[in-house]
Amino acid sequence: MSGKWSRFNIVSIVLGFAFLYLPIVILVLFSFNASKLVTVWGGFSIKWYYSLFQNQGLIDAAWVTLRVGFISATAATVLGTLAALALTRYTRFRGRVLFSGMVFAPLVMPEVITGLSLLLLFVAIGLDRGFLTVTLAHITFSMCFVAVVVQSRLLTFDRSIEEAAMDLGATPVRTFFQITLPVILPAIVSGWMLAFTLSLDDLVIASFTSGPGATTLPMKIYSQVRLGVTPEINAACTLLIALVAIGVIAASIVNKRREVQRLRDEQAAQRT
Amino acid sequence: MQSLGSIRRDFAPWADPEVRPYIVFENVTKRFGDFTAVNNLSLSIYEREFFALLGASGCGKSTLLRMLAGFDDPTAGRILLDGQDLRGIPPYRRPVNMMFQSYALFPHMTVEQNVAFGLKQEGMAKPEIAQRVAEMLKLVKLTQFAKRKPHQLSGGQRQRVALARSVAKRPKVLLLDEPLGALDKKLREETQFELMDLQQNLGLTFVIVTHDQEEAMTMADRIAILEKGEVMQVATPAEIYEAPGSRYVASFVGNINMFEGTLARHDGNGTEIRLADGMVIRSESGANVPAGTQVAFAIRPEKIAVSSRPPADGLNAAEGEIYDIAYLGDMTVYNVRLANGQMVKTTSLNASRVVQDPLTWHDRAWISFRPDAGVILTR
Repeated sequence: MSGKWSRFNIVSIVLGFAFLYLPIVILVLFSFNASKLVTVWGGFSIKWYYSLFQNQGLIDAAWVTLRVGFISATAATVLGTLAALALTRYTRFRGRVLFSGMVFAPLVMPEVITGLSLLLLFVAIGLDRGFLTVTLAHITFSMCFVAVVVQSRLLTFDRSIEEAAMDLGATPVRTFFQITLPVILPAIVSGWMLAFTLSLDDLVIASFTSGPGATTLPMKIYSQVRLGVTPEINAACTLLIALVAIGVIAASIVNKRREVQRLRDEQAAQRT
Repeated sequence: MQSLGSIRRDFAPWADPEVRPYIVFENVTKRFGDFTAVNNLSLSIYEREFFALLGASGCGKSTLLRMLAGFDDPTAGRILLDGQDLRGIPPYRRPVNMMFQSYALFPHMTVEQNVAFGLKQEGMAKPEIAQRVAEMLKLVKLTQFAKRKPHQLSGGQRQRVALARSVAKRPKVLLLDEPLGALDKKLREETQFELMDLQQNLGLTFVIVTHDQEEAMTMADRIAILEKGEVMQVATPAEIYEAPGSRYVASFVGNINMFEGTLARHDGNGTEIRLADGMVIRSESGANVPAGTQVAFAIRPEKIAVSSRPPADGLNAAEGEIYDIAYLGDMTVYNVRLANGQMVKTTSLNASRVVQDPLTWHDRAWISFRPDAGVILTR
């Protein structure tokens, strides 16, 4: 591969990035707009950020979203990890194919259907819609994502280290907590983060399963946008984008450092 | 005193009927679905023995080891350790430890923590653990690497961590599954002697699984040759090499020349084997089969002399042509084609640097061997 920039390469990169980021850039730009009109530039201002923090409705919604995300991601991680363990470890049980199909079905199920069916269930069993139902719904649909992430780690997991632990006197329970869990922990953590993110930006399922007093941030933003886009919403979105971007960049830097360190260690080991 | 091979052994509990074997496989069968990995196999291993299970891949040797460790249970038959039936005892309650082929080091723990793991499970006190770990790391010369993680070690170092970890608990029996497979040749040879010293010093029983016959010959007191889940022969390395029990064992271990023929005469003076082309081989080794039986005379390449002149006594000699020569430094391999077309492999030690009148390609040459140089195989 030559390091030279051909004109074609430059054009394709510019086009690609413009396609991806132009909408976001415009949104961020207009969050600093002094004018109330969303599409007319009236000078730089951060007043919308100020008024955003005065908007109790949005802040409440953000708080609900965070709580739902935290609880549902945690529960989905536990369930998803257990499902992944069962699917990779006990490969010969009856109905395994059915089970794995059923665990992964929500991945491809249209959200509208998932939302509707959950709504019907909650109505049928007489569960009042609110914080609990949203959380349950999020656990349901994010669990399978966790299962996929953890399962892919377990497939490359060297079972002989578990056998070695048992050989050295560790009971199966101890082996799980002292060996298996620490080794697959990175996958579990990234599963949790995925579930948390999915819960944060879910609108469809939340709309179906949420009730009064449990409005999530995406629902709040959507309902406000229907009344007209205010720069306040732009500011809220900009903050969300900044949060996500910082998270993603930090994670990739940490990963990269760890990788470099590992490579260096391995080279050092080969020399000794 | 006459003996097979060049080593005199003082350690031979298997020859003493008074000694009770330590590990016994009793008619053990193991099936995985339709596949029979181990077929009605019986085997005895003695205390402090260095025992090798040797065979090609898929012969069931690893399955035997895994059943001993407790990862698999036999489909039929039983395994006894020091008189106790092991069936139903989980791996974490068996007084055996295993060194895994992949080493199976715990990637999230340091060298020290890896070695200490088994001791912690035992509930040993902390100062004692620290002392034992230090002792083990010293034994495998890894003291300065105690704080490293496995990925910061070279292959040879990892192998030694695995070894230290598996002997740290002072198990009654140490199982080694292809322990040296991942090391390069030189390191492997060094480690073989280290393992032998370790076994001697700690007084443990070692059961090693390997497909490398040289490794088995170097280290083991006795070797079991396995094939398709059955034991072909159990004997000392010298017996396996010099007195193989069957054509399979003879050709599996080392190089061998086989002459198929019929047993012609059989008396106090020795045995005669008549080959298809009329050549007669006189052997001093016995065969308890009647005359006329189809047998094979098997002889190792180094026990055949090759020269440009016929031997003086004319016994067990045949004329041929030098077909191929391979000079290996310490010895030279001659492939000689006999008049009947059979190829005979011979090796001669290059004991002196200068050779008078050396043989070369297409020379006429005579092969000859002494009457006690080969064995008669009936199976």
